[in-house]
Amino acid sequence: MIPFQYTRASDVADAIKQIAADPSAKFIAGGTNLLDLIKYDVATPTRLIDISRLPLGNVEETANGGVLIGALVPNTDLAYHPLIEARYPLLSRSILAGASQQLRNMASTGGNLVQRTRCFYFYDATTPCNKREPGSGCSAIDGINRINAILGTSQSCIATHPSDMCVALAVLEAIVHVTGPAGARTIALADFHRLPDNTPQIDTNLEPDEIITAIELPAKGFSTNYSYLKIRDRLSYAFALVSVAAALELDGDTIKEARVALGGVAHKPWRSPAAEVVLRGQRADASTFANAADILLRGARGFGHNDFKIGLARRAIVRTLSQAARGTPQSISDKKIR
Amino acid sequence: MTHSGTTKPKGPIAAAPEKIPITLIVNGAEAKLSVAPWTTLLDALRDYLDLTGTKKGCDHGQCGACTVLVDGRRINSCLTLAVMKEGAEVTTVEGLARNGELHPLQQAFIDHDAFQCGYCTSGQICSAAGLIAEGKAKTADEIRELMSGNICRCGAYPNIVAAIQQAMGRS
Ligand SMILES: Cc1cc2nc3c(=O)[nH]c(=O)nc-3n(C[C@H](O)[C@H](O)[C@H](O)COP(=O)(O)OP(=O)(O)OC[C@H]3O[C@@H](n4cnc5c(N)ncnc54)[C@H](O)[C@@H]3O)c2cc1C
Ligand code: SF4
Ligand code: FES
Ligand code: FES
Repeated sequence: MIPFQYTRASDVADAIKQIAADPSAKFIAGGTNLLDLIKYDVATPTRLIDISRLPLGNVEETANGGVLIGALVPNTDLAYHPLIEARYPLLSRSILAGASQQLRNMASTGGNLVQRTRCFYFYDATTPCNKREPGSGCSAIDGINRINAILGTSQSCIATHPSDMCVALAVLEAIVHVTGPAGARTIALADFHRLPDNTPQIDTNLEPDEIITAIELPAKGFSTNYSYLKIRDRLSYAFALVSVAAALELDGDTIKEARVALGGVAHKPWRSPAAEVVLRGQRADASTFANAADILLRGARGFGHNDFKIGLARRAIVRTLSQAARGTPQSISDKKIR
Repeated sequence: MTHSGTTKPKGPIAAAPEKIPITLIVNGAEAKLSVAPWTTLLDALRDYLDLTGTKKGCDHGQCGACTVLVDGRRINSCLTLAVMKEGAEVTTVEGLARNGELHPLQQAFIDHDAFQCGYCTSGQICSAAGLIAEGKAKTADEIRELMSGNICRCGAYPNIVAAIQQAMGRS
């Protein structure tokens, strides 16, 4: 690894002061993404500011019926938290579908959001990559792009955001609480991650000198009709080729409220308001779900190796919505998709 | 400029990497060491404390060979810095046996021949110790899912699951 300095932040204000004073410094929380990138010479911070001991480790109920999750709550603790298991099981399932138990024990809630949007070339410092080195070109567009994006791509980058947790957070319309030198503000999850456009080197709308302090979940948890389905090359411990988070509110057979987000297909968790509109008020059946899938995938474009993702995503959307409607969410340990 | 093999340079030529003193409780005993900030917990265990039972497979969180328990939870020691773990209790495969008697998991891995080359084994055993402490896995499917962070290139998986089931029955 490259040499770097190490300091600990004593509180949130100190963390902001330290990062604002040193543009080449980075926060480290669980370290599972940042140290991986440093070892590949993709991230080259001169100083790591350890925020892992800051008191941001609580999960508490909010006055308006929601839940506030501290940025340092480990992924495992969040997934198994009684409040989350009972009221936001979609979030639990999505977290447990990601990485491994060892990594989830280390990974923090905030770090999961800020982990880099990436592709194999991003990790290989010997290849051109606009995300790693702006202006150098994109090796994936005409290269091996089986894992890359089909939606929201640009000529400069077709990488995907790898988080499972964020796909559920998109459906739950989570709110990210951040603090920086200019004070505290909130960012809706939908506005947190960015599309690549001409600046693929910038993954999120978090300023470099801002720290995430918490993630807020609104009261609506969709704990009856939900499912998270993750399709990948191995049955576990692999990133999604396509994943779908679906949440429904039903009145008998009729859909009152619907939310769907896709993972593994874009630079950010992918939602389409129009697709959710066509679900509302309709019968919860396969043809309704197929209509929504068509709208969600409108404009989808493959780059050769990843063409299969379009058809796979269409079937996965229909299947996940069916699971949600039946109230039989995808099991994490039984790998059969029913 | 003349050269003399006996004259020491007056000042440092380049700034020496600054080492940071830390204390870890490793397998129940206090260990004081001085490490560069970029030393991973894995390298600190193997290179500074000579605890080579913990293996380096991928060095990137992808295989689980480096799994140890930190404050009772299983983690990948290759993706954490030693300095971040100041004051933590670390248990490696060397710390599992009690009073000269193998840990039930170690015995179960022998009973079930749950390895071939053995390179993944210390990580598998530490991971399984973490799994049992978590108490989330009951069925074979659940064991497989929650042990998926430990790759076995020799493919000893069926025997690993059987060994863990035996140890779970005992504890
Ligand atoms: C082998 C492997 C497999 C994986 N598989 C999956 C998978 O299948 N699904 C999935 O979803 N994820 C997967 N992951 C990714 C994993 O979930 C992330 O690495 C993890 O969530 C990052 O959290 P962290 O706390 O370790 O972040 P760190 O590595 O500590 O930080 C990551 C980034 O976030 C910044 N940061 C951290 N906390 C804050 C904060 N509070 N405020 C502002 N910035 C902050 C850091 O500066 C850094 O830039 C995998 C990782 C590995 C190594
Ligand atoms: S897709 Fe993005 S991350 Fe991958 S090579 Fe192209 S620019 Fe880099
Ligand atoms: S060496 Fe740490 S996971 Fe492979
Ligand atoms: S026994 Fe050889 S890798 Fe598992």
